[in-house]
Amino acid sequence: MAQRLLLYTRFERFWHWAQAALVFALAATGFEVHGSWSLVGFEKAALWHNTLAWALVVLVVFAVFWHFTTGTWMQYLPTRHHIKEMLRYYLVGIFENEPHPTKKTELSKLNPLQRVTYFGLKILVFPVQIISGFAYYFRDDLAAAGIAAPIGPIAFTHTLAAFLLLLFIIAHVYLTTTGRTASSNIRAMITGWEETGEDGQSGGPRTGESGQES
Amino acid sequence: MDTGMNLKKLLFRMSIHLLACTVAVCHASTADHSRYGILMQDFKSGPQVTRACLLCHVDAAREVMETIHWTWVCPKAVDRDDRIGKIYVINNFCIALQSNEPRCTSCHVGYGWADNSFDFTDKTLVDCLVCHDSTGTYKKFPTDAGHPAYETKVFAGETWEPPDLSLVARNVARPGRDNCGACHFYGGGGEGVKHADLDLSLYDPGRDLDVHMDSKGNNFSCQDCHTTYEHRIAGRCYTVPATENPTFQLPRKPGDTHIYCRSCHGNAPHARGRLNAHLDRVSCQACHIPRAAREKATKMSWDWSQAGRLDENGKPYKEKDADGNVVYDSQKGAFTWKKNFIPDYIWFDGTAENVTIGDEIDDTKIVRINLLGGSADDPGSRIWPVKIHRGRQVYDPAARQLVIPKLYGPKGSGAYWSDYNWTRSVMAGMRHVGMPFSGEIGFVETEMYWPITHMVAPAAQAVPCAECHTRRDGRLAALGGMYLPGRDRFVWLDRAGWLCTLLTLAGVFAHGGLRLTYRRLKQLLGRKRG
Repeated sequence: MAQRLLLYTRFERFWHWAQAALVFALAATGFEVHGSWSLVGFEKAALWHNTLAWALVVLVVFAVFWHFTTGTWMQYLPTRHHIKEMLRYYLVGIFENEPHPTKKTELSKLNPLQRVTYFGLKILVFPVQIISGFAYYFRDDLAAAGIAAPIGPIAFTHTLAAFLLLLFIIAHVYLTTTGRTASSNIRAMITGWEETGEDGQSGGPRTGESGQES
Repeated sequence: MDTGMNLKKLLFRMSIHLLACTVAVCHASTADHSRYGILMQDFKSGPQVTRACLLCHVDAAREVMETIHWTWVCPKAVDRDDRIGKIYVINNFCIALQSNEPRCTSCHVGYGWADNSFDFTDKTLVDCLVCHDSTGTYKKFPTDAGHPAYETKVFAGETWEPPDLSLVARNVARPGRDNCGACHFYGGGGEGVKHADLDLSLYDPGRDLDVHMDSKGNNFSCQDCHTTYEHRIAGRCYTVPATENPTFQLPRKPGDTHIYCRSCHGNAPHARGRLNAHLDRVSCQACHIPRAAREKATKMSWDWSQAGRLDENGKPYKEKDADGNVVYDSQKGAFTWKKNFIPDYIWFDGTAENVTIGDEIDDTKIVRINLLGGSADDPGSRIWPVKIHRGRQVYDPAARQLVIPKLYGPKGSGAYWSDYNWTRSVMAGMRHVGMPFSGEIGFVETEMYWPITHMVAPAAQAVPCAECHTRRDGRLAALGGMYLPGRDRFVWLDRAGWLCTLLTLAGVFAHGGLRLTYRRLKQLLGRKRG
């Protein structure tokens, strides 16, 4: 029988999807402010971008609180174990229907590549993006307080981090399809439950189709 | 937040009403000039009226004589070597005052400034009526050095009847828009010539043209912003700012002015903070005067080198465009006009320097006659709308200097408008100011920048964000020195960013495609085996 594992609690799922929606909307409006495209017009884009940024900050505050009170932050500590195996899996094994080299448990939901990527996002890209965003918004107040806040470097940093986030989103969305089935990871992030398969291994051989065939 | 805004709005409304009250009601006078015996006489000349005025208003002439309306020299420049004022500067309209006095001084607040011998200390020569006439009948004759016509006269085909000076004297009042406009709407010698924001449309403006002067609404007079004290009228004089303390302040003592927008609107006039964040770098005018010369055309260029063409009868002539603007005049050359246009934008710190006689110019380039100060790097500079008036005017190529031509005068005086000879005209002009002239003449291209500050539109018509924050042909497309979001970017960062995005997309599609292909292959192989 298939085993089920509650991987994502209610708050974690809410946080994930709210953050996803906010990041998509911030990217859409942010790149419009940047002049890359025109969807709602500069004025509305700027207004929405600034409003959504505040919403993201509120969400991040709750998320940080949640990470520390639940100890979830430990999930994101990078590890060197199995990195090679992970890379080999994505480059070779995945085409051969090999089992996923790591196992998802409540205590270790993230594979080594996820750990290092998410850790980088949380410790570097998100802070840089939020701080440069604040500096962008409050640069007059910073200047008034005697802190040099030249708009050029601020804009450069904010754009650079935006591109990094964009690259992450593309890879992230694609990699959700590499679970046990193409939609099992997304389903898990919606329902919270992951079907781990009979052997209790997550991301194992796609027994679905190939199993029937043999 | 909301109550704060409402309270602020309420206070703002109240201050407007208070202002209106100050002007309209509180100053209702107990004096009725129409019943004064001294004004019942039959005045024959302007100075005669002034003498009567000064019998009661004993300090009035002294006050007027201290103002730029009388001296035509900027106040703080009087004691300096670099003297600035109407007397000294050159422009690219009718070029210069000297040697053309009787024509130019028809806008002097005095009588008889016909040449260098004018007595600037004679109180009876102050013209009270040009500012205080409330009948609308008093007009200075265009060529009589500030005097009105004393008998029926003709100028440029128009008949000028002499005003009834006694009637005018008995009907004096605080100046109205028509008094100020009689000169200021006609700067440069004709309506709307010099300024893209001052013309007759401001006499009875609608709300769209000027939200403050709207004659059916706020109905501001000129003095509601250009506050007055002892005949001194607040305003900039070339490089001398209107006040040394341009911050949010209510006038506390006589002489304080509230000429700046922020004097009434405060330092955070917008409900949205993002807009207020613009104030340190963008002037109010830049957004709130969306277009210049909105109802009547203003002169954009003046090519003096085209002057002097005569018709088949050897007579000077004029040509007009479809809108009635003069585009050619034998005396003056060729003009272009523009109406309701998007102004140019520059960094401006409120100061201006003028090329004057004797300054060397670089005649290989367009000569900028007035240099408005300011730059993006200077925290005191803000983005201002300007009209750029382009000229082609006579100069001395040997001395590489701009020159003063004598334009107005009788035949044989050298005046260009009578004799049509540039060499003799410049000779007469330069002799008048005692400056050398090589005898050679040429024409050089010049530019003058005129800051735009009047004709403030209602808030709803302010320039939309995207007209500057845009990559293509924005209003600020040409303005350098700053990073403007929406207009500017780091091109190679964008290129690298989008290239990586494409590569990542290509990568995931290739990876996914391979996965699908392998799976299909396996399925096929499995079937064969089965």
